[in-house]
Amino acid sequence: MSRSVIDSTPAATDSSVSAPETRIPLPPRRRRRRSPLAYWLILPAVLLELLVHLIPMVLGVWIAFISLNQLTLTNWVNAPFVGLQNFMNGLDPNSSIGQAFFATIGRTLLYTVLVVGFSWTLGMAAAVFLNSKFRGRALLRTFFLVPYALPAYVGTIAWAFMFNNRDGAINQVLVDTMGLFDGDRPFWLLGDNAFGAMVIVNVWQLWPFAFLMLMAALQNVPNDVYEAAALDGASLWQQFRTITLPMVQPANGVLLLVMSLWTFNQFNVPFVLFGATSPESATLISPLIYQNSFGSWNFGLGGAMSVLLLLVLLVASAFYIRMVLPKGKNND
Amino acid sequence: MNKQFKLFASVTAVAAMTIGLSACASSDSGAGSERITYWASNQGESLTVDEEVLTESLDRFTEETGVEVDLEVISWTDLYNRILTAVTSGDGPDVLNIGNTWAVTLQQTGAFDPVEGDLLEAVGGADRFLAPSWATTGAEGETPTSVPIYGQAYSMYYNTALFADAGITTAPTTWDELVTTAKALTKDTDGDGTIDQWGVTHAGASVTQNAHQGFIRGVQNGGSTFDSDGQGTFDSAEQVAGATQFVNLMAVDKVMAPSDAELTQEAMGVTNLIDGKAGIIFSQSPLKNFASRDFTDWAVAPMPLNEAGDTGDKATESFVAGINLSVFKNSDNKEGAYSLMNWLTSDAEQAQLNDAYSSLPVVDAAYDDERFQTDVIKQKQDTLANHALPMPLVPEEGQMETLVGTALKNLFAQAATGTVTEADVQDALTDANNQMLAAQ
Repeated sequence: MSRSVIDSTPAATDSSVSAPETRIPLPPRRRRRRSPLAYWLILPAVLLELLVHLIPMVLGVWIAFISLNQLTLTNWVNAPFVGLQNFMNGLDPNSSIGQAFFATIGRTLLYTVLVVGFSWTLGMAAAVFLNSKFRGRALLRTFFLVPYALPAYVGTIAWAFMFNNRDGAINQVLVDTMGLFDGDRPFWLLGDNAFGAMVIVNVWQLWPFAFLMLMAALQNVPNDVYEAAALDGASLWQQFRTITLPMVQPANGVLLLVMSLWTFNQFNVPFVLFGATSPESATLISPLIYQNSFGSWNFGLGGAMSVLLLLVLLVASAFYIRMVLPKGKNND
Repeated sequence: MNKQFKLFASVTAVAAMTIGLSACASSDSGAGSERITYWASNQGESLTVDEEVLTESLDRFTEETGVEVDLEVISWTDLYNRILTAVTSGDGPDVLNIGNTWAVTLQQTGAFDPVEGDLLEAVGGADRFLAPSWATTGAEGETPTSVPIYGQAYSMYYNTALFADAGITTAPTTWDELVTTAKALTKDTDGDGTIDQWGVTHAGASVTQNAHQGFIRGVQNGGSTFDSDGQGTFDSAEQVAGATQFVNLMAVDKVMAPSDAELTQEAMGVTNLIDGKAGIIFSQSPLKNFASRDFTDWAVAPMPLNEAGDTGDKATESFVAGINLSVFKNSDNKEGAYSLMNWLTSDAEQAQLNDAYSSLPVVDAAYDDERFQTDVIKQKQDTLANHALPMPLVPEEGQMETLVGTALKNLFAQAATGTVTEADVQDALTDANNQMLAAQ
């Protein structure tokens, strides 16, 4: 490879120019050289990335195609290959496993829409509210972030105590103090109510993240734009719709994608609230995969469900990134 | 792609595969030193109590043999998955406790040393042990892969003060008597229109407790959870009848608090008994909890039978409960591991440890110790020796416990929030049975 030198003289073919040749040497422009050193420097990081992410993912896909149970567990490398059998078991709509799988996918979608929707709405409302200056703003900002700062398990365990039927704080307030439900103490963690309880806990944990991201995005919206809009008679709602939303759209797009992926894969909240097996109304896809893998030692089926989940999320994410996220030269 | 990148990619791929595969291979656990690792299950009131009890015993062991032991007490919620991970990776302790109902399932993994030759000699042969406990060490006809360490059996514990208040003088001996007694105990004591004292308490959200009671009630009704070919029969008429009886305590008889459907641990039910919120509990070992609360108003009786005069398997009061010990096949200090097996099953340590945990020794000789001459111990010993059946000795036992226990957990939840019919019980158990078939 040779370094290039910029030649400032006219083209050599221009014979009409008779002036003495004046070559002004310019500082050489450094062209990026492919130095091997760069590769070797990132080698440890790439190795770790492969070990931590890629190899487990490939193994997970492989498990979906083998019969992995207690008989084959110790020698799992040689577990028999069963082709698509695990997928057929998991996807057969006539079997109880297949029915549970499809019902759970639908329930998880609804759960994701509700949790992300409520979290985003709360986060946006709080961010807009705290974007204007007033006394005590810093205190409120800190206060709002507490659920996000608390370890997820601690917060969820506290909610499990509060939702307890006999001694929980929620029934104490609603039934004992306010006299609701005709004195009947509702079960919040059993039956159909369990789904709602799980949505509440997840929204409580997630909305401060939306608040934090949107608040950061709002800092970049210049005040002049709002002032100009106000002078032109735009209402607060119009300002929000036509200024705020479009100007935070890049951050918003990424935020919704990340929150949706987290929520769709949610495992901790149901596991801490309900234990290893959730009530049917509150069974999400990740706990279902756990139940099938560890409850019945059917790791092949669990692997097949994981692969299907991966495919669904990959397609949905790719579609979203293509259609919704802003196109720039770096992310197109 | 230039040469540099190709070289880099090749080296990276080879290195990652090498590291990955070497991580998949077996690992060390002490490098042949005089140090071994022991995973103990939680037997006392807390993990700390277990550490104290076992450290005392293991210190004596180290003094005698020179082998040092790294002890880790693992809670029941984590133990199964920890063992599973150890089995998969080959990286586990030298010696470990397992629930004896898992013995056959774990035996099939091939991860534990068979109890024969030097290991059998180290524990002094099978004849030293109580026959019912030894029967839980592996599948019938196969070389065992575990050895009993603690014995347990279900009994019926009741609050004598509540019985006296209700004018009840004798413990129920049949299921019908149990329901009648429990109805007499169920009442609104403070007159606020809400029942605050219940006949029976049970951890309805505990998969394990449910599976145990499902098994006992099914056997008493003449059923079994597996047929002779090892196929699941969770949904047989007898199993359904037994499970229905049990769920009906809450759903129909209304003698169990609906809030019990949220109890995840047996200890929560024991607390109900101590606090006078319930009169009866089926339990293996609540004595330490009673002692820690200075609770003395209790008595113990055999579990009620389905009908008076039942004999044979129908007279089963408990499954052969207990904990077994296994040696991990990958242990590189077999000598130290076998010494520990010898120590923990010795007559003296059996008496010491089982007294500390209020459990039953699994070797005959330990019962000569005066600490095991009490009425409670004699009652439990009689149940274990004469009225207990091992849980099914098939590889799928572990899955059965999870599936049947979960089905009952869901039925209790349904009973707490609505109604449960026998058809619901049938559907739930059929569904559990189908899941087992799909997994095979």
